[in-house]
Amino acid sequence: MKVLEEKHKLATRWFHWINFPILSAMIFSGMLIYWAYDPYRIGLGSITLFHFFPNWFYDFTGIGQQLALGMALHFVLAWIFAINGLAYVIYTLVSGEWRALAPDMNSFRDAIQVAMHDAGFKVPLPPQGRYNAAQRLTYSAIIVMGGFSLLTGLAIYKPAELSWLTAALGGYEWARWEHFWLTMGYAGFFLIHIAQVIRAGWANLRSMVAGYDLVDSHE
Amino acid sequence: MSKTPEQELKERTRRSLIGLGAGAVVVVAGAYWIKDQPDADEIPQALRGVLNFNEKVVRAALFSDRHLTKTYPASAIGKLKKNGDFGMEDKIDEAAWRLSVGDKTLTLADVQTLPKVEETIDFKCVEGWSTVTSFAGARLSDFTAKFAPGGSSAEYVGMQTPDKNYYVSVDMPSAMHPQTLLAWEMNGQPLTQDHGAPLRLVMPVKYGIKNIKRIAKIEYTNTRPPDYWEEQGYDWYSGL
Repeated sequence: MKVLEEKHKLATRWFHWINFPILSAMIFSGMLIYWAYDPYRIGLGSITLFHFFPNWFYDFTGIGQQLALGMALHFVLAWIFAINGLAYVIYTLVSGEWRALAPDMNSFRDAIQVAMHDAGFKVPLPPQGRYNAAQRLTYSAIIVMGGFSLLTGLAIYKPAELSWLTAALGGYEWARWEHFWLTMGYAGFFLIHIAQVIRAGWANLRSMVAGYDLVDSHE
Repeated sequence: MSKTPEQELKERTRRSLIGLGAGAVVVVAGAYWIKDQPDADEIPQALRGVLNFNEKVVRAALFSDRHLTKTYPASAIGKLKKNGDFGMEDKIDEAAWRLSVGDKTLTLADVQTLPKVEETIDFKCVEGWSTVTSFAGARLSDFTAKFAPGGSSAEYVGMQTPDKNYYVSVDMPSAMHPQTLLAWEMNGQPLTQDHGAPLRLVMPVKYGIKNIKRIAKIEYTNTRPPDYWEEQGYDWYSGL
């Protein structure tokens, strides 16, 4: 006998699906801004392994010569990103949903087992609740990163009026660097997240859309 | 007749997918609605409206003339780029230069009668880079008190180059900020023409686009004077 089980609350699903297009648009408009001054790279001294970003990338994506539009979009959409993110955090704390999400003492050890299992090694999966240990760590990290994106963003946006914040984050140039690498973090997360969602299959994706899944009754 | 769990799930999934699809349609339609609006100086009106709202929030909640921007030791000074010569394509005869304020015409010596203030600040370009630079000159607030008494009760200050090809306007509180200078020296030397000789605006509470070089005219007004980069799609306030 199968029964319906709620996997994700309606509110959580709303926050998730609002955040997806908004974060995408924030990244896109952020790229329009970054293009105007694009110093970051992976390398050491005079050796550059990868420059963010090569011209072929700007050409391919059509990013370039749109700083004014990028800034306007970024400072408009930031409101939605911030409000949706703050509402999610408050909801998660108040509703107690954070208990299913926050990592605990065992999460680091368990997350390694999960990662090895997913990578194809014959390692047994540790017992898990709604989220496995790797998910708990990753999703929690993403939420903290979102907070830091907001803070580093404010530090770059108003470094004079919020000079205490800019100073706390290491200064104007460091805040911009941090803001950029947090974004690269989302891009990396997105790739892994999509791969895992595809791997997990339709029932899992459906639970993030409809909120429910069929499970064996424990009666 | 009650539904089976399978039917229930199917129904919920159907409804949620319709909701998600409707949401996607709203987002895409909203994006096109914004995009197809008439432009307000190169960007869609709706975006300009939110930028103006942001300005109100910042001015009400954050701005204070007691908030000074960070200053640096001389050892931190870098090499400031010229970055554009709008309004300064030709050489200027510095000896013949005059500054017009209201019905007054001033020489550089007139401006230099004001107390000289030196500050080493991080000059921030709207492009994203910044360079620590030292400037010396007179506070715009001192200048206003002496040469345009009562000027600070206006809402805006407008400035332009001799050929009128570059022009800015700034809100009065930012103009009267104690770190806002009419500068004639940069890094201990008289300003070069590349950096706005004989007199330029330096205001570390704004992006470089507002720090007009080679000022020929200053006006105090309640009607917002035009602003070069606002007309190119940038935020008029551009405050830091």
